[in-house]
This record gives sequence, structure tokens and C-alpha cells, in this order.
Amino acid sequence: MKALITARGITKQFGATRALDGVDLDINAGEVHVLLGENGAGKSTLVKVLAGIHSHDEGTIEGEASLAVIHQELALVPELSVAENLFLNRLPRKFGFVDRAEMRRRAPELLDRVGLNVDPNAKVKDLGIAQQQMIEIARALDKDAGVLILDEPTAVLTDTETDRLLQIMAQLRDNGVGLVFITHHLDEIQRIADRITVLRDGRSVGVLGPRATTQHMIELMVGRPIEEQYPRARQRRGKPLLRISNFTRRGVFRDINIEVHAGEVVGIAGLVGAGRTEVARAAFGVDDYDYGSVEVDGKPLPRNNVQAAIKAGLGLVPEDRKGQGLVLTATVGQNLELATLANRDEKRLHDIAGKLRIKGRVEQPVKELSGGNQQKVVIGKWLLADPKVLILDEPTRGVDVGAKVEIYELINRMTAQGRAVLLVSSDLPEVIGMSDRVVVMAHGRVAGELPKDATQDQVMALAVQEISA
Amino acid sequence: MTTISSSRRTPQKFIAENGALAGLLLLALVIAIMQPTFLSAQNLVNVGVQAAVIAIMAFGMTFVVVAGGIDLSVGSIAALAAMVGALTAGPVGLVVGALCGLVNGALISYGKLPPFIATLAMLSVARGLTLVISEGQPHETDAVVTFLGSNLAPMVPLPLLLMLLFFGITGLILTRTNLGRRMYAIGGNEEAAKLSGIDVRKQKLWIYALSGLFAAAAGLVLAGRLGSAGPQAAAGYELDAIAAVVIGGASLSGGVGRATGTLVGALVLAVLRNGLNLLQVPPFWQQVVIGAVIALAALLDSLRRR
Ligand SMILES: Nc1ncnc2c1ncn2[C@@H]1O[C@H](COP(=O)(O)OP(=O)(O)OP(=O)(O)O)[C@@H](O)[C@H]1O
Ligand SMILES: [Mg+2]
Repeated sequence: MKALITARGITKQFGATRALDGVDLDINAGEVHVLLGENGAGKSTLVKVLAGIHSHDEGTIEGEASLAVIHQELALVPELSVAENLFLNRLPRKFGFVDRAEMRRRAPELLDRVGLNVDPNAKVKDLGIAQQQMIEIARALDKDAGVLILDEPTAVLTDTETDRLLQIMAQLRDNGVGLVFITHHLDEIQRIADRITVLRDGRSVGVLGPRATTQHMIELMVGRPIEEQYPRARQRRGKPLLRISNFTRRGVFRDINIEVHAGEVVGIAGLVGAGRTEVARAAFGVDDYDYGSVEVDGKPLPRNNVQAAIKAGLGLVPEDRKGQGLVLTATVGQNLELATLANRDEKRLHDIAGKLRIKGRVEQPVKELSGGNQQKVVIGKWLLADPKVLILDEPTRGVDVGAKVEIYELINRMTAQGRAVLLVSSDLPEVIGMSDRVVVMAHGRVAGELPKDATQDQVMALAVQEISA
Repeated sequence: MTTISSSRRTPQKFIAENGALAGLLLLALVIAIMQPTFLSAQNLVNVGVQAAVIAIMAFGMTFVVVAGGIDLSVGSIAALAAMVGALTAGPVGLVVGALCGLVNGALISYGKLPPFIATLAMLSVARGLTLVISEGQPHETDAVVTFLGSNLAPMVPLPLLLMLLFFGITGLILTRTNLGRRMYAIGGNEEAAKLSGIDVRKQKLWIYALSGLFAAAAGLVLAGRLGSAGPQAAAGYELDAIAAVVIGGASLSGGVGRATGTLVGALVLAVLRNGLNLLQVPPFWQQVVIGAVIALAALLDSLRRR
């Protein structure tokens, strides 16, 4: 097997944090090499060192394969069109000007390759986050590089898109491309990995073969076994705390009726574009709606008024942490206290940070944290606000298995205290495993409701169904 | 490093975080070597007085810049407030300044105008109103306003004390009040601030009103020092105020900035002007040097951040 890139003894220090500590990595032609590790283990840092974004303090990197990297945080220009983003930096030109005709001709081919059906002239900011991710992937594919590195590309994708991506990766592998793949979804690793390097606290703690078991991966990566991946503890159902009735926004969602009772976790499943996030945002008062009502603990909420929603006891953890959840320039502590400025409580703040096991210091800028730890900060902010009803929109995106379980335990604790949780998630095992009931949305409507212990097939059958208008 | 812990402050860190202060000291040292009279008590007090007006204005600007905006109208608001103060009474001038700021804030948050445009319009309107009410003539200030520019005791000028007072207020607002914390959140990520329940539009009203109020105070101090309010007073001061904030390490893209930084920034400008005068650099060249220093400060800051 041909080694395309050989890295030996890579060490990288950020101030007091040793992000990488003597890591070895081989990227071979025709191989998918998975990097596995907890949040903050150093995966992205290793990728950035390979890509030349960070310089390394010690170690050697050899090999001259061309490199294409899909970074963990999206790097698209929101105000530019899909086509312009695809060819950014290498826009086709004619007489010194951008050749729009050529761009429009080539863009559909690329989009087709990743199975994305969007208008190349649409602005990127108008697309969902999963679609944006697919555009990043298409852009990287266009470079025809010898080595392709994908840092958690599937975190924001749903199953269909993930399947598509894994297919593309398998194809590239057959064509002799060397791939590095980072993901927290162990099932994906079992489907595609040829080799798995496990990182813990910046050190490589083992290299596994393609047939490694989930248990084995978890133990190596977390350092202890995890008994139950979805430890939902059901509670007695109390009075209704959130009631969304006849909720309608023209062209986006229609006739949505959802009730969440005290002590309950209600899941909302569905494909990307089914309107789940839109319902959550409108209920929280971020966006407007046309008909219907939202009640929290029996009290109707005024529309379009986030302050009133929070006062009534509602909270929302948004899906896009960088765009909507975090103030990147501010510190961890400042972000945590953002929703509770009026009555801040230092002790509880440290308490929550500890409980979530956020890897970083309270006074450290949030942008220095690893992706998964940033996600924990967004969740921590709302746990601190202690709402009666918390809406979680894709809460464990990019969070490692160990930390996921901790977030689930926090959900359990909330419901044990008589709070209610509305869990929007594209992660089917999660939404099924942690919800007491699952509402499935399709095309902006409620397609059906399933009791606890529904199967993935049942959910998918509802999610893809066509509803006659 | 598994969980959240606290870190100590170290001297190295202090210097790294206060590049502008190091620059100020270096600048003062160079000037003192070339012209020892710079260090005379009288001259140092002069520098302080010269810095006061820009500093007070720049403190108000700091709020706006931290929140991700800009206020081009502070020079004109200062002139209008001073003129109103001279024609009626000082406090009325303050109210007028705050009102001008409120109008800025309303145009920006409810009218959805970019801050640059809204405050550019106010720059023109406030200056125009100053000319209208003054009929183009300077007007003498009353005893109260004149007192603002006077010396409490020999070597103890009130403008200097006022500058320190506003410095303290600014630091308190930025670090100890909800409004201050919200400024950083809004400037850092307006959408996240909104989703955290911050009423971004209302906060912006207050932020621009504060800037207007501080500008008015600066205008009154300036008038008090001169003993009269002029129709063209403080013209162009908005640029010095912005320069002071930026030299102090604030980011024009929002979310970053501190009161100490702004104070140092204003002092840098004053020391530089004073030093260039002492060294008898021709006024035309002074402008060139000041511009170069602003660019240099911003460059150093961006290098340090990398
Ligand atoms: N620019 C930076 N400055 C300071 N510390 C940093 C910086 N970038 C990363 N770190 C630290 O280095 C460590 C490794 O971070 P990295 O982003 O590589 O983790 P990761 O394995 O990719 O985690 P995740 O699964 O959450 O994406 C973390 O402790 C992080 O806080
Ligand atoms: Mg990462």
C-alpha cells in the first residue's frame, strides 16, 4: 500500500494546552483512515497541522500528495451564490471577468455528484446547514486531490445525505484516493473504516482494524465502558407545559399540534427541510407565524417576542452554534451567563460547566474550544436559565459518545424535576432512544406520532411520506 | 485540564494585553529624551487637559464600537450640546445630546439603517442645527459651563478629573452592568444575543443615547475651557474618538474593547500632538505623523492577535 502522507511525532501546544502530543498518522492510497476521540482530543488540530493551517512544534510530515480539507466549521460565504461558493478562489474567467455562463454550466454537475438539488444561483445564506455542508463537500471533490480530509462532515447531515457521502467516499477510495474521516457516529465508522486511530488527550492510544466493535472503540476513546447509550429514565406525566396549536406559517409549516407535558421528552423527527427548526424558532418567538398559538404552562405567548417566551419559561438551543448559539469573541463564562444576565450566579455557572465536563477554562475565549465543547457551552447556557420547557434543536451535533450520555442525563434530570423537553433531532437512534413519544414531520406537516420504542423504519416511513395538500 | 479551572494573571499577560499602554510609554520616553520640557508638571497637566475632550467622547464611542456599530455624529452632537448649553443651560445641552443619540439608535434599530448612514445623517443635521441656533456666531458660556473647563486648584484642572470620572463610569458600565455585557454579546454575535433573550433593539437605543450623552459632556467641557461655544467646534473630533478607541485595541467588527484601552488611546493622541508641538514639527507634517501612528497601532494590534 502506498503511503501518501506520513506524519510522525506531531506535537502542538496552545498556551497551556497540549493539543497534540507525539501523534503518528499514515494516510495511505485507497484507504479510509478514521480519527476517533472525545471532544478536545486533538482531531481537528491534527487536521489543521496536516493542512498547514497550524504549524507544529515537533515532529515531521512527509509526502507530497495534494490535499483537500473539509473543516469542521463551515467556511462558505453566506452572501455569495451556491455556484460562486463552489468555485470560490478559482472562478472560471473570460477576458479577465468572471465567466458566469461557464460557472452555471459546471455547477449543476458538481451538485449532482453530491446529490444536492438546489438552485446554483441561490444565496448560500438561504440554505439549510446540511445543504451548506454538501456544498462544502462538492467544492472539495472538485479539487481532485490525492488526499481528502473530512472533519465531522456528517454531524449536520441526515441519514440519506450521510449514505450518499459514504458512497462517494467508497468510490474515491476505489480510485486510490487517501481519505481521513472524523466522526462521532460509531456506526458510520463500522461501515467505512479501513483503519481507526484513537486519540485521547492529544495522544494516540491505539490503532484499530476495520472490524473493531463499538464497545472496544468507546473504551479506548473514553477510557471506560459506557453501559447505556440512551439512558432515558421515564417520569410520570404531569400537566401540559407546552402546547403548540394549529400552528401555521404559509409555505413553511401547517396545522402543527404538539403538546409536551411535565416530565416528558417529546421528539420531533423528520428529514431536512421538513420544517422542524422553523416550528421551534417560531414557537420561541424568533420568527413570525400566520395562525395558531403557543402556550407555556397555560399562558399564551405573544408572537415574535423572545423575551416574553423566556420569561414564560421557554428556552431554545439553536441548531447552528456558530451562527446563532455563541458569541465567539466572548469567553466561556460570558456565553454561559448570556441568557441569565439579570440574575447571574457564579457558583451555578461553575457547577454547570463542571457537570458538562467542558474542556476549557471559564475565562477562555469560546473560539479556542473544540467543536463539541462549544456545543456543550450552548446547552449549558440554557440549563443555567432553568426553563420550564427546553427546546433542543440537534443538541448533540458533534458531541462525543461520552458527553452525549452526560447531556442525556441532564435531560433526565430536567424531566425528573417536572420540566419538559422538546427534542428536535435528525439522529434517529437518539430521538427514538431519548423520547417518550416521537412526532414525525414531513413537508411542514405532522405526518404522525409514534410511541416509545418505535423502530427507525417506522419513523422513516412517516418521514418520507407524501402528504396530499 | 479536564474541567473548568481558573488561571492567574501574570505580568507577561498584562503587557501582552496592553500593547497600547506599552506604546504610550515608549512614545512618552522618546519625546522626553528629545525635549525634556515634555516631562514638566505643567506640560503633563496640559496633555491631560488636551486628552480630556477626546477621551470623554471616545468612551461613549467605545460602547458603540463594542456593540458592533459606529457613531460619526459625536463631533456635531458635542457642538450642538455646547451651543444649546451656552444659549440656555448646561444640563439642557446634555439632554439634547442624549436625545440626538436616541434618534440615532431609533434609526438604526427600528429603521434598520446601517449605523454609518444613520450617524452620518446626524452629523449633518446636528451641525446644521448648531449653525441655525447660533446664527453662525460663537456664544459665551455661563458660569456653570465655564466652571467645567476651569482649574479646581493650581495644577488640578477639572477637565482632567472629569475624564477620570467618565473613565470610571465607562469601566463600570462595560464590565459590571447588564447593558455592558449585552454590548459585547450584540457586537460579538447579534443573532446569538437575540436568541438568548436580549432585546437587541432596545439595547441599541440606550447604547447610542449613551454615546450622544458622552459627546454632549465632551462638548460642554470643550466650551467651558474656551469660555464660549462655537458653531464649528469639535468638527472632525469623531475621527479622533474612533482613532482613540481603535488604538486602544477595540475591534471595529464588534465584541472587543475596554475602557482602559480607550483612555490610553486618547492619551496617545494627546501626547503625540503635544510632543510634535514641543518638537516644533510643522502642523502639516503633524497630520502625516498622526496618521502613520494610527496605522502603526492598528497594525501592531492585528499582529498581536494572530
Ligand atoms: N486556537 C486554539 N487556541 C487554544 N486552544 C486551542 C485552539 N484550538 C484548539 N485548542 C485546544 O486544543 C484541544 C484540541 O482541540 P481540537 O479542536 O483539536 O479537538 P477535537 O478532537 O477536534 O474535538 P471535537 O470532537 O470537539 O471537534 C482542545 O483542548 C482545544 O481547546
Ligand atoms: Mg474537531
